[in-house]
Amino acid sequence: MGKYLVISEVRDGELRNVSFENIAAAKQIDESNEVVAVVLGDGELESLGQELIQYGADKAVVVQHENLKNYTSDGHTQAVMAVIDQEDPDGIVLGHTSEGKDLSPRIASKLDSGLISDVTQIEGSGDDVKFVRPIYSGKAFEKKVIKDGKTFITIRPNNIAPLEKDESRSGDVERVDVDIKDLRTTIKEVIRKASEGVDLSEANVIVAGGRGVKSKEGFDPLYELADVLGGAVGASRGAADAGYCDYSLQIGQTGKVVTPDLYIAVGISGAIQHLAGMSNSKVIVAINKDPEANIFNVADYGIVGDLFEVVPALTEEIKALKG
Amino acid sequence: MNIYVLMKKTFDTEEKIQISGGKIEDDGAEFIINPYDEYAIEEAIKIRDEHGGEVTIVTVGDEDSESQLRTGLAMGADKAVLINTEDDVEEGDQVTTAKILEAYFEDKEVDIILAGNVAIDEASGQVGPRLADKLDIPYVTTITSIDIDGDTVKIDKDVEGDVEKVETSLPLLVTCQQGLNEPRYPSLPGIMKAKKKPLEELEIDDLDLDEDDVEAATETVEIFLPPEKEAGKVLEGEVDEQVKELVSLLKSEAKVL
Repeated sequence: MGKYLVISEVRDGELRNVSFENIAAAKQIDESNEVVAVVLGDGELESLGQELIQYGADKAVVVQHENLKNYTSDGHTQAVMAVIDQEDPDGIVLGHTSEGKDLSPRIASKLDSGLISDVTQIEGSGDDVKFVRPIYSGKAFEKKVIKDGKTFITIRPNNIAPLEKDESRSGDVERVDVDIKDLRTTIKEVIRKASEGVDLSEANVIVAGGRGVKSKEGFDPLYELADVLGGAVGASRGAADAGYCDYSLQIGQTGKVVTPDLYIAVGISGAIQHLAGMSNSKVIVAINKDPEANIFNVADYGIVGDLFEVVPALTEEIKALKG
Repeated sequence: MNIYVLMKKTFDTEEKIQISGGKIEDDGAEFIINPYDEYAIEEAIKIRDEHGGEVTIVTVGDEDSESQLRTGLAMGADKAVLINTEDDVEEGDQVTTAKILEAYFEDKEVDIILAGNVAIDEASGQVGPRLADKLDIPYVTTITSIDIDGDTVKIDKDVEGDVEKVETSLPLLVTCQQGLNEPRYPSLPGIMKAKKKPLEELEIDDLDLDEDDVEAATETVEIFLPPEKEAGKVLEGEVDEQVKELVSLLKSEAKVL
């Protein structure tokens, strides 16, 4: 057994789901691992610490400081390094999110440690543990091991299921005081552009549009469908290049790689670069008027037809189903 | 300004991936500049054109990386450096690359280093931040806009679709996200000029490193392809019938609703 630090993520005062997945990953590496969940922020964090314990952490450590309000590489590194000094963990787990991707290499560098990023699956356990991660945007996978030193990984959101919440669990929430100072980058403003609600990288359902959507307005019915499904909207490079939507929605070899439970490809032909970003989704639906479109080769279900008829009809049908 | 770009060659995005002998088959594959590194090269050229100075593209790779470096020079970069690890490094990882780059940059006066936010092959996104840490300079990842005024740098950073307005200062390392710019194609005169631009080739002992200094901390033990997806069911009938059937299949067969 060993001690694992899992670095949680807070957004708008709430823990992101990947924080709970981190705990599950640390336990999956070795069931007997002691999991210490770390929460950083500027507000009241104790209750978040308790929630992490209910999701399986053995202990929580919170670092509260006004300079941890927004994520910065300098601020969060100081806080995490202070906790590492105190806890001396054998392993560290972060989410492979915007924050995790920015922070983890810096911590690894400070520790002179290896780091296996973007893990989607943990195989075996204890000394025989191997980490599976996609390469070439999911066109292939590799299994990696840590040769020596700390077991340090980031996990892709949505791939390792969190443990069930147990409200009866309780544990210690410790405060660590760290003076967070000398930040070399400051965040002046955050402009929310991402679609309200569900984040693309964490979405269980994605409705993605391609060139076939034809315009910015053409995306409206896709947003309505995503809405009734509680999902997010994505796009192919073709749609982003044509200016129908923001690049941040792009899925593919350049852009995001996603693995939702349900991926609905609307007016997307299915170029190899796009398939790389989404073909590992659990269930794929393709809606396209061209029966020869490549997307049908990876789709579980296909509808050949006019997306502007099919998508609204689908929205209505799902609305009716959900009552 | 001393402007540096970290570049990696990658498989062309059109390439299908095949495995032979436990490794990715690269025989006959087309290689390109990692697409995110193209944004870095383009931005470096723009920064030089506005503020003066010199753009140097640095890669850790093999002999064949010269082709991508020449492309970068043809786009407009001034100099290139190839750190050829072919003979010295069997199985490197991000620790290896960061160490080599750290040694290279040790005696350089750097104003800004630009890199891609990830390479589309290994996609770890580690090398940029690791290098910045070793050089003790600030870094900002996934930038979509950069404006340099004296030592002050204003940046737009993409955070999963949101935009953070970040202020920082030089020297600095940034990693580039899609949307930052439209990389130019090399012009014919550019290609001609590139042939004569300086391309320095180094090996790790030129950097006072040996194999053991750059040993990887992680190891790949297996590479495999995902199971081939079979084409599914194309539904038939009128739109409303197809939609009804789809919803029913998603609910009862696929169990995703």
